[in-house]
Amino acid sequence: MEADQNASQIFRTERIGRRKLVNRLVEVAATVSALLAVAVLVLLIGSVAKRGAGAISIDFLTKTPVINTGFGEPQPSGIANAIVGTAIIVGLAVLMALPVGVLTAIYLNELAPPRVASVLTLALDVLNGIPAIVIGIFVFVFLVVGHGQTAWKGGFALAILMLPIVARSTQEVLALVPSSLREASLALGAARWRTTLSVVLPQAVGGIVTGATLATARVAGETAPLLFTSSLVADDIRTNPNEALESMPMFIFKSAEQADPALHEQAWGAALVLIAFILITSLLARAFAARSRRRLLGER
Amino acid sequence: MSVAEEQVSGPATFKRRGRFRPGDAVLYVVTLLAAISGVVLLTLITREVLADAWPAMDRFGLKFLTTQAWDQNKELFGARSFIFGTAVTSFGALLLATPISIAIALFLTELAPRWIRSVVGPLVELLAAVPSVVLGLWGILVLGPFVTGTLEPALHNALGWLPLFGPARPVSSSMFAAILILTIMIVPIVSSICRELFLGVPSELKDGALALGATRWEMVRGVVFPYARAGIAAAMILGLGRAIGEAIAVTQVIGNSVAINADLFAPGDTLASRIAGQYQGADTALQLSSLVYLAVILLVFSLVTNIMAQIVVRRVAGRHQV
Repeated sequence: MEADQNASQIFRTERIGRRKLVNRLVEVAATVSALLAVAVLVLLIGSVAKRGAGAISIDFLTKTPVINTGFGEPQPSGIANAIVGTAIIVGLAVLMALPVGVLTAIYLNELAPPRVASVLTLALDVLNGIPAIVIGIFVFVFLVVGHGQTAWKGGFALAILMLPIVARSTQEVLALVPSSLREASLALGAARWRTTLSVVLPQAVGGIVTGATLATARVAGETAPLLFTSSLVADDIRTNPNEALESMPMFIFKSAEQADPALHEQAWGAALVLIAFILITSLLARAFAARSRRRLLGER
Repeated sequence: MSVAEEQVSGPATFKRRGRFRPGDAVLYVVTLLAAISGVVLLTLITREVLADAWPAMDRFGLKFLTTQAWDQNKELFGARSFIFGTAVTSFGALLLATPISIAIALFLTELAPRWIRSVVGPLVELLAAVPSVVLGLWGILVLGPFVTGTLEPALHNALGWLPLFGPARPVSSSMFAAILILTIMIVPIVSSICRELFLGVPSELKDGALALGATRWEMVRGVVFPYARAGIAAAMILGLGRAIGEAIAVTQVIGNSVAINADLFAPGDTLASRIAGQYQGADTALQLSSLVYLAVILLVFSLVTNIMAQIVVRRVAGRHQV
């Protein structure tokens, strides 16, 4: 009897040692995984920065691409046309997606019957899950075949990607606006539209801008929707949205495919510019979001 | 201005309570029109893509799915090797990404001190903000040579008896490189969803398990995982959907080959990557239509994975409300 108890005692302490060991191993594995993810990010940004920094100069940002054949003086080559083109294409996308996205969110959060809202929200989520390349193919067969590529069609493809992101993030912000504000406004006799436009929206505008900025940063780096809609381009700076314009992601994609090391260096340079733009905008937007969220929740 | 207006119109609108308000009607109609745009786009995308894939669907039928060819001269196209490549790369990436993502989420919710949490969390999410074309560029010029030059020979030496890990090849692109790139892309997505899920586990349950003498890992296994199981499944499905649909980064590193190989170190191709690789134009109407047929398969995959994930999410949300 006593021996039995002893045996189980020993067994139990043994188990405790094992259990602690397993626990320790899992903790180490989790920590290593997190470090691994950070290490990959550091490696990635590090190699883009290291290789890109050499390519970046005033000429690189202000000149257009030149192919140096090796005869005569090498000419400085740049990505000015891609920078201008990306600004135009992304700007058009924002113009299309932002109003539609915000209005969609207003309908879903402020006006729609719950059942309708849930169906339309599902549609947005499904739209959000459609691969960018399929959206590119869709705009291609819908608008480009027989009519040619243009920058606004590229912008339209990006806008389809942006719409669900803008709408969903606006919905989240609208849901944070305290309903006591709406009730107070309605109780004072203000109409629904008045309440929405002058009470609810001003409260949410910071969050909406943040969401829109994040969405813009996200689509500015998209290549797949532009492959079929704005990829066959001229090498000089153009601004007409009715013709195909060069973009930063397309430039990187095309240059990376070539065997020429000079083009690879330019691709790294363009990647550094693009990644700096995206990371800085999303960091700023996040910092701003954290602040305005605190303020909104603090007021309640 | 608005104060005076309010003073005048306040009592007046009060009297007109319940009457028709043009402003409300305008707001309602305008926002409703915007809100149905999502449904309209979904319908249009499906309809247009199906219509343009029709010539190839008509010509090849369902045999398209099992034909292994992409030959403009013979006018013979099929998706078999691309479906194979998509399955291998996206499931491979999911297999690598799931444990890593769950581990990261556990580290961020259970282990890390607050200040590390607030640094590492955003860093992992920044990984998701890196554009796929930049990831692909890094994949071709940095990761690819490292993988084919160092990692693949090492794996071949250690595990070469498995047909998965064949001898090194002279090309610097492979399905294995694509798997690694996709893993990097989906880890931030899956881990941030898992983190939210783990944060949502009631602390009474966790404290209860710890008070009963469970170690932290036993608490996680016995309380956190069962509680978050459905959500983890949804996160995995969303990550899978993302991996299936990624075109740019994959086409840059996978090698664009129509061959089917059990060897992960061989080049291959995926549905999305094949579409992206042909952007400079199809030679014939049939080739274009076949390309759109590939997009139809991709669309079906993405609709299925998304709706599945949404059903899981909604069921979980519904259960938590009760």
